[in-house]
Amino acid sequence: MGRRDTAAPLDVPPAIELRGISKAFGTVQANKDISIRVMPGTIHGIIGENGAGKSTLMSILYGFYRADSGEIFINGKKTEIHDSQDAIRAGIGMVFQHFKLVPNFTVLENIVLGAEDGALLRPSLAKARRVLDELAREYELEVDPDAVVEDLSVGHQQRVEILKALYRHADILILDEPTGVLTPAEADHLFRILKNLKEQGKTIILITHKLREIMEVTDTVSVMRRGEMTATVRTAETSPEQLAELMVGRKVLLNVPKAPASPGATVLEVEDLRVTDADGVERLKGISFQIRAGEILGIAGVAGNGQSELLAVLGGIMKGQGRVRLNGEELDLTGRHSDGQSRRARGIAHVPEDRQRLGMILDFTAWENVAFGYHHDPAYQKNRWLMDNDAILRDTMGKMERFDVRPPIPTLQAKNFSGGNQQKIILAREIERNPDLLLVGQPTRGVDIGAIEFIHKRIVELRDAGKAVLLVSVELDEIMSLSDRIAVMFDGRIMGERLPEQTDERELGLLMAGVANGKGDAR
Amino acid sequence: MDFSTLVQILDSTMRLATPLLLACLAGLYSERSGIFDIGLEGKMLMAAMCTGAVAALTGSVWLGMLAGIGGSILFALVHGLASITFRGNQLISGVALNFVASGVTVLIAQALFRQGGRTPPLSGDARFNPIELPFAAQLADIPIIGPLYSDVLSGHGALVYVALLAVPVTWWVLFRTRFGLRLRAVGENPASVDTAGVSVIRLRYTAVIITGILCGLAGAYLAAGLQTGFGKEMTAGRGYIALAALIFAKWRPWHALMATFLFGFFQALALRPDVIRGTLGFDVPVPALDALPYVLTVIVLAGFVGRAIPPRAGGEPYVKER
Repeated sequence: MGRRDTAAPLDVPPAIELRGISKAFGTVQANKDISIRVMPGTIHGIIGENGAGKSTLMSILYGFYRADSGEIFINGKKTEIHDSQDAIRAGIGMVFQHFKLVPNFTVLENIVLGAEDGALLRPSLAKARRVLDELAREYELEVDPDAVVEDLSVGHQQRVEILKALYRHADILILDEPTGVLTPAEADHLFRILKNLKEQGKTIILITHKLREIMEVTDTVSVMRRGEMTATVRTAETSPEQLAELMVGRKVLLNVPKAPASPGATVLEVEDLRVTDADGVERLKGISFQIRAGEILGIAGVAGNGQSELLAVLGGIMKGQGRVRLNGEELDLTGRHSDGQSRRARGIAHVPEDRQRLGMILDFTAWENVAFGYHHDPAYQKNRWLMDNDAILRDTMGKMERFDVRPPIPTLQAKNFSGGNQQKIILAREIERNPDLLLVGQPTRGVDIGAIEFIHKRIVELRDAGKAVLLVSVELDEIMSLSDRIAVMFDGRIMGERLPEQTDERELGLLMAGVANGKGDAR
Repeated sequence: MDFSTLVQILDSTMRLATPLLLACLAGLYSERSGIFDIGLEGKMLMAAMCTGAVAALTGSVWLGMLAGIGGSILFALVHGLASITFRGNQLISGVALNFVASGVTVLIAQALFRQGGRTPPLSGDARFNPIELPFAAQLADIPIIGPLYSDVLSGHGALVYVALLAVPVTWWVLFRTRFGLRLRAVGENPASVDTAGVSVIRLRYTAVIITGILCGLAGAYLAAGLQTGFGKEMTAGRGYIALAALIFAKWRPWHALMATFLFGFFQALALRPDVIRGTLGFDVPVPALDALPYVLTVIVLAGFVGRAIPPRAGGEPYVKER
């Protein structure tokens, strides 16, 4: 890049200008007097923690919400945006984090939906096919127009979303956390597409919490914190550390410092583990690995390649075939001791990937959630028949203090805590049981940078206390910085093991894409 | 079973399948838009009562039919209000409306006519008169085809043909028009429609009103075609059979035609125990025949005949996410 000077001439009005946008939900001020200017033909990043107000701001721009006050100017013209139709008319296209596609429609039908030319479909579809062909050639956005969307890879589905916006003549493209679901190779391709769009004069707003992406593709970046825009800087003149500090409001360690591992005896031995799901599909196709005491094994991979099933089998949620030994003793994988309760009794703690579904009950209070899975603990019993709720409450208060859960109110419903604090509650519940093996899936998904640092520290502490940790994460940064060894999964198999200091994201990315030795040519 | 008996049974299959088909297509529009409607039964009943009453009062079946459609749409709108605007539970709303219909129809009929909750018997122009299809008389003597055309296909009330026509029309609307594309989309993923700048609420209300119209036709046919006036609970579970047919048909129009005619055939057979005895050599209890549609539906739902996947957003009120 850098071929084109990103600073537009002074006489060109900004593609988007927001002046004094404020929006409150009840007593929560989601956006506070936000002003921002984005010049045409640039990529502008918006970065901030969860709940900083990024999505609210973009929803206002796309007509999902109306601002309480403030003005929007598109290409220098004051524009009222009441609904999505207005936004589309103003040339704004949005690619949501969760795609808004109809899964059993074809690509063509999805593109045309809402932008039909008349009451009959045939002419609209024919025109869309023509336009799609042109767009594909112009922007490297090839997709089969007749493919059914649910059969497409996530990367291709995202292309359909971008094409949808372009088909509606969008000049301003907003992408909300676009790389969360992509492989590194797909993300690279996306960035090429974005740069390409920029070259053609499109304006792009990229919302993300990944500092690396901001540094890689944006020209300018705005930082949001607690509903306010704290800074707007040129990307070339800032650093990841500075951005992190602006986001959190204090200095943050992006990489948790950790001493070299001193692994002890083997804790977990997995041999030829196989899992077949309810639909008869084999999800784990013979997996073998070991974890020793005082060691973190990181499992990298694109979501859906068997990592979830691996955690589920070891955690006692699914049944499987093969041999798994914990401290030399065989684990029951199919019989009546293959449930979660038995696993806990054997010293395996599990922080599940989907914490809101498997980790807690959102409508229950924090203290009730702390007791889950350990409600048979004698310390929680008053007598043979009754539970000692006061004891659990006291225990929860202690855990909240030690794990810095905010607000430290044990009687609050779990759903009223932020993602990071929910995760801390679960982590406290599992780690303080002093397990021999901790299974932890996506520990920092949807968690703020500040809380990420805390959670990472706790996981490393557990390792230093001589415990074994199995870490599953789709975030390569997390895998790289926490793991003592890295295994990459693809299509139910382990493609290879690497040491973090002897590999890089490129090699891991290739393994994640199923290239066997990790040395193939990147597409 | 000889050929003339078969012709008789097929003839009555046509009549019995018609309300099922209309109600089934009615449910198809609503459910394709993501609004489950267990209240087909209630809407039909309401329409039957309105039709019976107005046709008896005015002597015109057409005015009666319009009244039936009106009554049915009224119920459809209440269901829409509960499930679209107020985002209530669609099953509860539907069940409640069925109960209301069951009581209120008898109440009104009794208040108007004082005949034990029935409407007076209809005759002449107050009923749907049979329509002779062209050349029915001339073709009647051709073997096989003749009776099938003249005695089975020809000679029914207008709504039988309306119902048959509604099948290709529904298919065309669903798969060849802008409205159909949006309707299918809103039942699968309303957010996709919303972000495209199309109103989810308006689409769903439109679908629910179409459901009301078709249920109205079904009820009108019951009161002024199949029978001669409204009687208490005269729908006799047809709304539920239509719902079963809809699942059996996997929410597709042509399959709905086949499913409702199959179920209509069972109903026609149930009326002729003599034929069953003659064919099979033993008695089949009528309740067993009545239960057949439901048994078949359970088999389909259990996944023996391919999977029946309902519209994915069905039953879920749409709430804009943050």
